[in-house]
Amino acid sequence: MTNIAAAASPSAETAAALPTRLAKGFVGRLVIIIPYLWLLFFFLVPFIIVFKISLSQTAISMPPYTPVLDFSEGVSGFFAGFSALNFDNYTWLTQDALYFNAYVTSLIIAAISTLLTLIVGYPIAYGMARAPATVRPTLLMLVILPFWTSFLIRVYAWIGILKPEGLLNQVLLSLHLISQPLVILNTYTAIFIGIVYSYLPFMVLPLYSSLEKMDYSLIEAAQDLGCPPIGAFWKITFPLSLPGVIAGCLLVFIPAVGEFVIPDLLGGSQTLMIGKTLWNEFFANRDWPVSSAVAVILLLVLTVPIMFFQQAQARAQEQGK
Amino acid sequence: MIRKALWLSATSAFLTLFTIGGHAEDRVVNVYNWSDYIDSSIIEDFTKKTGIKVVYDTFDSNEILETKLLAGGSGYDVVVPSANFLARQIQAGVFQKLDKSKLPNISNMWDVISDRTAKYDPGNEYSVNYMWGTVGLGYNVKKVQAALGTDKIDSWDVFFNPATLAKLKDCGVYVLDSPADIIPAALKYLGLDPNSTSPDDIAKAEEALLKVRPYVRKFHSSEYINALANGDICLAVGWSGDVFQARNRAQEAKQGVEIGYSVPKEGAQMWFDQMAIPADAQHVAEAHEFINYLMTPEVIAKSSNYVLYANGNKASQQFVDKALLEDTSVYPDEETTKKLYTVQPYDPKTQRVITRTWTKIVTGQ
Repeated sequence: MTNIAAAASPSAETAAALPTRLAKGFVGRLVIIIPYLWLLFFFLVPFIIVFKISLSQTAISMPPYTPVLDFSEGVSGFFAGFSALNFDNYTWLTQDALYFNAYVTSLIIAAISTLLTLIVGYPIAYGMARAPATVRPTLLMLVILPFWTSFLIRVYAWIGILKPEGLLNQVLLSLHLISQPLVILNTYTAIFIGIVYSYLPFMVLPLYSSLEKMDYSLIEAAQDLGCPPIGAFWKITFPLSLPGVIAGCLLVFIPAVGEFVIPDLLGGSQTLMIGKTLWNEFFANRDWPVSSAVAVILLLVLTVPIMFFQQAQARAQEQGK
Repeated sequence: MIRKALWLSATSAFLTLFTIGGHAEDRVVNVYNWSDYIDSSIIEDFTKKTGIKVVYDTFDSNEILETKLLAGGSGYDVVVPSANFLARQIQAGVFQKLDKSKLPNISNMWDVISDRTAKYDPGNEYSVNYMWGTVGLGYNVKKVQAALGTDKIDSWDVFFNPATLAKLKDCGVYVLDSPADIIPAALKYLGLDPNSTSPDDIAKAEEALLKVRPYVRKFHSSEYINALANGDICLAVGWSGDVFQARNRAQEAKQGVEIGYSVPKEGAQMWFDQMAIPADAQHVAEAHEFINYLMTPEVIAKSSNYVLYANGNKASQQFVDKALLEDTSVYPDEETTKKLYTVQPYDPKTQRVITRTWTKIVTGQ
């Protein structure tokens, strides 16, 4: 922060330049403050509300938990409510293996889907980056185009494709490639297909932007020096595209862990993911406190490893210097 | 010049906002009802007759409605929860008592139904019935004929007997993802009290459901309408009106899919959708007028003829299509009606046991 502020202030100070300097310092600070305010209001405040509810107890009332903190009963009432908060809901989560299993299943499903999205997305991004500059905008447009249709409708469309009497099976049957319709809908395979399809643009776009910036003369140099194409890819292209790979994987992995719609529509009933567990607690059990606790833990499960990862990366970068 | 034009348009937008604000004094009622649940001409007629503008919004699950109501400040004046949800919402203080003096049409209501809804809303102080129906078996007539050698299903046995259900596995079985509808049915089939909250009884229901679990393709509360209509599945344990919707869609599609619905002879659960006014409603007088209008015999009959559900209005029956009134799967005969049961809402502790049991049945965990 101080670096940016220092950079904003001019080095040569004259009396005439003082107002400009003040203005620049103010603008500089404002530029930093805005994202922090954004995070404060749209991330920290909602998180604190959810965290507070997770410490409450469920009740038949409006809203359906107790205590509700407000100042209508004076400051002492506020603190009386405060002392009634406890961590019982978190203890509850450890007593039933259901929650742990749901977290683990969600992480595994998200990890496999992310890997599959990477495998499918990399060649697409690579092809786009190597395409003639005149075609690239069209290709980019084609990647973004599906967003113009509702996400829900696109997932619904997959039901029509994957069901036993669906498009895919009919094509395969008429080509005599299979004799029995494949059962894909309502299985894990259908969930993976749904996630890979829905999140592919989030993988392709960051990959494309890092591959596009790459200097291809490096590959030519490698090949001139006798490196086979595959070797050149793993030694040069892939390491250089690593920031894109990491960004793409995070963009796919994080929402996939909490995914609710795709497993609900395409998956079978046996799929136990944390999104569904949270839905059950919130809507079926009407237990806002426990569902808030589930959400807080989910947030920790996702953010803590990512924070460590970023720290490690920053350290590696400094060592590199 | 451009700046001036911008200013002009901004000012005019501002003025428009104000004029809209002025119109807000016109009489309005904000209604929140289930999707596909009314003949839209009824709303137009109501506005023509009373000058009250209806802002009509829809939901597709009780849980969504309940969450909005419990959070407070929903902005709705008339909502239509199912009775077992309504009972708990009354306890939570969500609704206001109806002013019966403003509801003269209440004399048209049917005691058979209002006696039962009084179990959820004592004295029917907070709500009046809109539509009611049963939880039963929807099936694809031809596919069931092919698999079981009979085209008539009349017993829970077809679902709870593993040997029978196994024959239907390949053509597809869907079940409501709703423990409050399926666990009581299992209890009833086992000859136990469908209202039982004893952990032993619930465990027995769990055992019965786990035996048939391998033959169920999916637990879902709305997908079965399309799946039945398209001929993708042959049996669904579902809500009567949804199955009738599937039947109509199948008829319209003319693909030769024929859908039947049966109220099992062992007895089936009744559900009731009740009109009520939230405590924080802004347009209470208009809400009463709207509810009263929907209790007009001709009006509610028109709605029944459109949505194909039975209503709780006795006087309306002379206006209900004969075919619908004589359809015993919609208006069950007296003997069947005696066997229909209602289920009380669960207390939070039992609810947790029920939900946990359900997760085990559905996911195997």
